[in-house]
Amino acid sequence: MEQQRVVFSNKVLPYVLIAPQVLITLVFFFWPASQALFQSVLTEDAFGLSRTFAGLYNFTSLFKDDVYLNSLGTTAFFSIAVAFSSITVALLLAVMAHRVTRGGTIYKTLLIWPYAVANMVAGVLWFFLFNNTAGIIAYFLRVMQYDWNHALNTGQAMFLVVFASSWRQISYNFIFFLAGLHSIPPSLIEAAAIDGASPFRRFWTIVFPLLSPTSFFLIVMNVVYSFFDTFGVIHAITGGGPDYATNILVFKVYHDGFLGLDIGSSAAQSVILMSIVVVLTIVQFRYIERKVHY
Amino acid sequence: MVHNRPWLTLVTHAILILGILILVFPIYVTFVASTRTVASILASPMPLWPGMEMVDNYLAALAGPSKSVGVSVGHMMLNSLIMALGIALGKIAISLTAAYAFVYFRFRFRTFFFWMIFVTLMLPVEVRIVPTVEVAAKLGLLDTHLGLILPLIASATATFLLRQFFMTLPNELCEAARVDGAGPYRFFIDILVPMSRTMIAALFVILFIYGWNQYLWPLLITTKESSYTMLIGIKRMLDVGEGQIEWNLVMASTILAIIPPVFVVVIMQKQFVKGLTETEK
Amino acid sequence: MATARLEGITKSFGDVEILHGIDCEIQNGEFIVILGPSGCGKSTLLRLIAGLEKITSGTIQIDDRIVNDLEPAERDIAMVFQTYALYPHMTIFNNMAYGLKIRKMSRAEIEKRVQKAAEILELTPLLKRKPKQLSGGQRQRVAMGRCIVREPKLFLFDEPLSNLDAKLRVQMRLEIRKLHHQLNITSIYVTHDQVEAMTLGDRLLVMDKGLTAQIGTPLDVYERPANIFVAGFIGSPSMNFMEAQLENDGRSIRISKNEALELPEKGLPEFNGKKVKVGLRPEHFIICDPKEAQINLVTDVVEKLGADTLVHGFSQESKIAMTARLDGIQHFNRDTVLPFRIQSNKLHIFDPDSGKRIN
Repeated sequence: MEQQRVVFSNKVLPYVLIAPQVLITLVFFFWPASQALFQSVLTEDAFGLSRTFAGLYNFTSLFKDDVYLNSLGTTAFFSIAVAFSSITVALLLAVMAHRVTRGGTIYKTLLIWPYAVANMVAGVLWFFLFNNTAGIIAYFLRVMQYDWNHALNTGQAMFLVVFASSWRQISYNFIFFLAGLHSIPPSLIEAAAIDGASPFRRFWTIVFPLLSPTSFFLIVMNVVYSFFDTFGVIHAITGGGPDYATNILVFKVYHDGFLGLDIGSSAAQSVILMSIVVVLTIVQFRYIERKVHY
Repeated sequence: MVHNRPWLTLVTHAILILGILILVFPIYVTFVASTRTVASILASPMPLWPGMEMVDNYLAALAGPSKSVGVSVGHMMLNSLIMALGIALGKIAISLTAAYAFVYFRFRFRTFFFWMIFVTLMLPVEVRIVPTVEVAAKLGLLDTHLGLILPLIASATATFLLRQFFMTLPNELCEAARVDGAGPYRFFIDILVPMSRTMIAALFVILFIYGWNQYLWPLLITTKESSYTMLIGIKRMLDVGEGQIEWNLVMASTILAIIPPVFVVVIMQKQFVKGLTETEK
Repeated sequence: MATARLEGITKSFGDVEILHGIDCEIQNGEFIVILGPSGCGKSTLLRLIAGLEKITSGTIQIDDRIVNDLEPAERDIAMVFQTYALYPHMTIFNNMAYGLKIRKMSRAEIEKRVQKAAEILELTPLLKRKPKQLSGGQRQRVAMGRCIVREPKLFLFDEPLSNLDAKLRVQMRLEIRKLHHQLNITSIYVTHDQVEAMTLGDRLLVMDKGLTAQIGTPLDVYERPANIFVAGFIGSPSMNFMEAQLENDGRSIRISKNEALELPEKGLPEFNGKKVKVGLRPEHFIICDPKEAQINLVTDVVEKLGADTLVHGFSQESKIAMTARLDGIQHFNRDTVLPFRIQSNKLHIFDPDSGKRIN
């Protein structure tokens, strides 16, 4: 017999209950989002006095713009770098933490708290360490005859922002990997050990494949993180430079919209970003659905 | 633990300790810097043990305006706190009622409203940042606490998670309450909300941190120094151009910016981890 | 204390009709058991009486009120759920007091009622604990306590014992019975377990596929089942069925060439020549002298249960599978032939098409 979800029969109450959320969603989500769509097909003059319908002009000009294409490439590189480094380090730490039987909670607590640190603050911390006048690490690099100046050197700037962003993201990934490891039945590992597999082999042939849903989930989440949550570190440390080396997409949207005042272009960029996120979310849901239904 | 290989255990602990060091090191250095004078920080290399100026620096940061920012860090901390609490509590409140409606009531357009709210999951605020600022400006929300809070509670993460959670609660509990005479209000207050305690606690941690660490949005919606949040304040202190960065104050402020969220995570670690892993999927 | 009346109850979920018309009158203080296999609609019926679902058609009356459109809380009923549905975050005391608090009863009155119920159910030392600290049996009693304090017109039970282990079930059965004697509140009890039904019910309402199969006292239902379904459902081990033909002017039934059974008195002359289905309970096989044997059973499997022995086998001639019950512990080898005679007044004759009883 089918189990009916119990419901109350009030007619008006449910609407009252969802009203606050619906209202806020309409005002602060749909209105701006539709504005972005609207503005992306317009061009305004510098004073905002006249608007002309421009079709896909904003979009096409973006794809002809070297700076934008550079931004696309930079963002791609940046997100792959952040995702890869923070995931691999987190996985290593999680595997190690999982093996510890005594004192495990202490390690766990000590490795989790960086989640609470804002991306921007992470940027400030590492900025301080690598700062030419005040930073400890910069000092040691100088002692070792290595010339560090992330304000001038594009590669170093990218390294710094990637490092700062990954540093903070490691604990987020760590939490999920640890949970994923805990959910693997120990009997599987033991069976493999009886079969004669070394710890190394056990990890790669059994643990790692079983972690793949977690890994996939984290890849998506890390990419989303590096696309959007990393505005803080860019704004705080490099301002998109030097020479557009760290000019990731979300920063460019801000820069063009607020500092450059090119509404149409910024809106178009927002729309493109929206599409990327939608695709990522759909991919994630599809994959998770399929994986869950073995 | 299957085999007992001592060298492997050693390596395990070594890697973990190394990981912890990498995570802790910048914080430690920052803390040390927050207890020293600017001159001592600029001395190359900066000594790696704490100095004597801790009380001075923190008091200076908290109490008074500095050379680079016109308001005290204490004031900005208050702004950040109001923002974080507002976002956390606000989002939990509207999500509780909305999730309740979706799970326990049948009403016309239920599916429509559900998808409408669900769509917000897909687009973080950064994507639509420019037009959202315009909307907020039009509504007169610039430089207000409400302006800091409202637009950030629009996403449906908490609603979705609470909905999933409510759906795992047994039907018979609601029926027993109905037989006992509880209407929708009493059921919500006496039974549903108390039973959701752990979930709400986990959400609070996640949302408080999310709110406290907001950067882009407060940056855009504040024009006056008195409305600045902590993170903006720190950035401004770094933005002195040709002038001297007051490193000691910057570092003190940074530590102050880290303490509340870390505190919340550590205190509520268990609920937080449980909530994060069981629900984000 | 109240009477209840169900008239023409039907219930559909969308296009699917679950209940096709149930009628029943329940007396004051009666303990009526709704019995049936899974999916027959018994829980649905109970929920309709409780007001947790809306009736599609028909009326439900409690005392003189038609309660079709009333909310559960307004019907003055109390219900014990299969999973007890105790509020996990409240103490036992508060669990029992919750319904009373909502009805704005005074503190003193609530205290009095809860203490009284706790005493009856031996829950007094547990009042300050939370449900998760209690055992299954204790939680069950709390669920009943929650009902008792309300002093309702009707008690409803939805398979309350199915989550308990066998030994506890027997114990709780007795407690429910004792409670009913003490409080004498009209009760409607749903179960799929016929032992519970037979021991607890003043009357049984046996259901099959959304219809009433039979209403009667336990002995009625056992000794004179109204149709094949009830005959096969009630009784463990279940009744043996065989096909036969009425002959000899309806005075005997023939199963096969050498197996025929006599019917008592005049038999069923009006059905002479008809093919019928015959039911016979395992305990009505009587071991006899081979010369008097009406049915010879070839043993296949013998189950020695201690107090009695079940012999599963096949009738020698017609090869129909049958089970006989014998007292005490008996030993037989496989393929032993056991001679049985049948008490003629213990035969149940059914029409094979309609399933209804014809004797």
